[in-house]
Amino acid sequence: MAWQRRLLRVNLTAGTCVEEPLNMEWAMKYIGQRGLATKYLCEEIDPKVDALSPDNKLIMATGPLTGTMAATGGRYSVITKSPLTGAVACSNSGGFIGAELKQAGWDMIIFEGRAAEPVYLYLENDQAELCPAGDIWGKSIWEADEYLHTKYQDPLIRIACVGRAAEQGCLYSAVVNDLHRAAGRSGVGTVMASKHLKAVVVRGTKGVGNVRDPKAFFQATAAGKKTLAENAVTGQGLPAMGTQVLMNVINEVGAMPTRNMRDVQFEGAHRISAEAMLEPRESDGKPNLVTNAACFGCTIACGRISTIDPQHYTIQNKPEYMHASGGLEYEAAWALGCDTGVDDLDALTYANFVCNEDGMDPISFGSTVAAAMELFDLGAITTEHTGGIEFRFGSAEALTKAAELVATGEGFGRDLALGSKRLCEKYGHPDLSMTVKGQEFPAYDPRGIQGMGLAYATSNRGACHLRGYTVSSEIMGVPVKTDPLSTEGKPELVKAFQDATAAVDSTGLCVFTTFGWTLEDIAPQVDAACEGGWTSESMLEAGERIWNLERQFNLDAGLSKADDTLPKRLLKDAAKTGPAKGMVNRLDEMLPLYYAARGWTPEGAPTDETRQRLGL
Amino acid sequence: MKITLKLYASLARYLPPEAVRNVIEIEIPDGASVHEVLDRYHVPRGEAHLILINGLYVEPEQRDEAIFRAGDVLAMWPPVAGG
Ligand code: SF4
Repeated sequence: MAWQRRLLRVNLTAGTCVEEPLNMEWAMKYIGQRGLATKYLCEEIDPKVDALSPDNKLIMATGPLTGTMAATGGRYSVITKSPLTGAVACSNSGGFIGAELKQAGWDMIIFEGRAAEPVYLYLENDQAELCPAGDIWGKSIWEADEYLHTKYQDPLIRIACVGRAAEQGCLYSAVVNDLHRAAGRSGVGTVMASKHLKAVVVRGTKGVGNVRDPKAFFQATAAGKKTLAENAVTGQGLPAMGTQVLMNVINEVGAMPTRNMRDVQFEGAHRISAEAMLEPRESDGKPNLVTNAACFGCTIACGRISTIDPQHYTIQNKPEYMHASGGLEYEAAWALGCDTGVDDLDALTYANFVCNEDGMDPISFGSTVAAAMELFDLGAITTEHTGGIEFRFGSAEALTKAAELVATGEGFGRDLALGSKRLCEKYGHPDLSMTVKGQEFPAYDPRGIQGMGLAYATSNRGACHLRGYTVSSEIMGVPVKTDPLSTEGKPELVKAFQDATAAVDSTGLCVFTTFGWTLEDIAPQVDAACEGGWTSESMLEAGERIWNLERQFNLDAGLSKADDTLPKRLLKDAAKTGPAKGMVNRLDEMLPLYYAARGWTPEGAPTDETRQRLGL
Repeated sequence: MKITLKLYASLARYLPPEAVRNVIEIEIPDGASVHEVLDRYHVPRGEAHLILINGLYVEPEQRDEAIFRAGDVLAMWPPVAGG
């Protein structure tokens, strides 16, 4: 019973905050967080609704292990319909606010309607209040955070906030919490801003006490922590190097999407890698990386805290960027770097700071800049459009200026704020958008890692690595090594990863634990915390149920089999270098087998039998 | 024959000091195996987890075989993961 068994419903139109019991029947089927909130969303909104209308809802949801002593048990997710993709959106974040929300006594908050004037929610245990946000609307997340901390004179309040980018309608805006942790993808921040909700401020002092079997929970979580500590990846690799260790790996295997995916290897990768972040720089003798950092309750601590070279052009006369802040993760370094052809580590770190400060998803932002650079290269975009900026591949100045313009919604930033798909359509080259369902790709080229092509094409929130991370198997050999250049067995592999991840995303735990844990390690922790008799099998089944529920939402929203595809470039233009040289992604070999493995019709819809089996 | 050796992450400490950005060109005897190269640079076999030659994965059972050709690129990592 690590659920608090209650949710807060905030009607922004009416200005009301009302307590409701959590639907425990649904919790037994959908666990919490991603699964349970998706169930609420499916029940409460029409999937065809305009994502930015008051009729869309936005849910902030914790899992049953959020706020407990389980390792990494601090996660929360933001669930809504995405304005970027038109599909279901669920973006997961760490930091501390998820645990704080749970400790204030709430499993989730459902926001509905739209406030007439900007507001923020102040939530202190049972006390919930909508407050005028006129003083912080138009301010960056960092400025708003400082204002609210000063106002409440409480260093322990936790804040999730949207930036100026979201206020200006940037379609890939994030909800940023604790200054540099983000529910980053699919424009969940854009939806929040469309509701005139600037921030959620939380203080919780109740704790999470109602664990089903405290002794078993203590034992299961202690055993889990020991496993993570002894595992070479979660115990040593991630804390020391972060996710950025992958920069040289993925480049070496020839799966590094480069220059808007024209190439699969980036000659500058080593200059922006985890190894480069450790090298002392000439100006002050300090490396980019200051320290690693952990989210609530995390014993892995993969986070990066960095500084920018004090002599770098980006921060001259800008003291606000001279301190240490959230540094580059692999995905951000790839999108801001390889995909734009920029190998200036400090320019990337600066662009990343701006993405944190004003809440832009760095993957979508970087990929959109990359698409703009290709359009510029072809002459479809000129300096007349860009306000004089030479938008060339490799230009650090173009990248960092673009970040500033999207953050504030000025000039060419308004075009870049549309995302890659709409930008490429606007300038007459829709094929140059490297997206699935309108969402930009992450950092693995599916010509060099075949399973990821299928994972991207079928991801319920558009191109995404975190919906089915087969890289783990295809490159790193976890749990078993498979050949990245072969399609054999990939449909089943993708399904298995998707279902397991959906379950983990619904617990309150971080998906990075799965480098050391399987569901066999997670289920005993969930079971000791909650009623329901959870086993690895029932969790996997819940994951499959959640996947199918999301799929059904998307079908009802108007998406179809035609959206389960990849850009032509990845299906027709062969990789030019590396092990995958001469290869395209062979999605056509995998997709029908995947539908069959899922128990879907050849058109990609769950059959009645599948729906019945999963209790949908 | 000459090959290129790349050691990354925690394996970087086994690189000779002349290596630049984790990379060094080395001379190996014809017929040498991956394990022999590891031993020469005092890289404990248990630490080298992900081993690639020209970007292709070297299966554990191939690591005692003479599989190098001149100009090959041998790259190695400890267990790694990311996201
Ligand atoms: S592994 Fe990294 S992202 Fe996950 S909870 Fe820990 S610090 Fe946060």
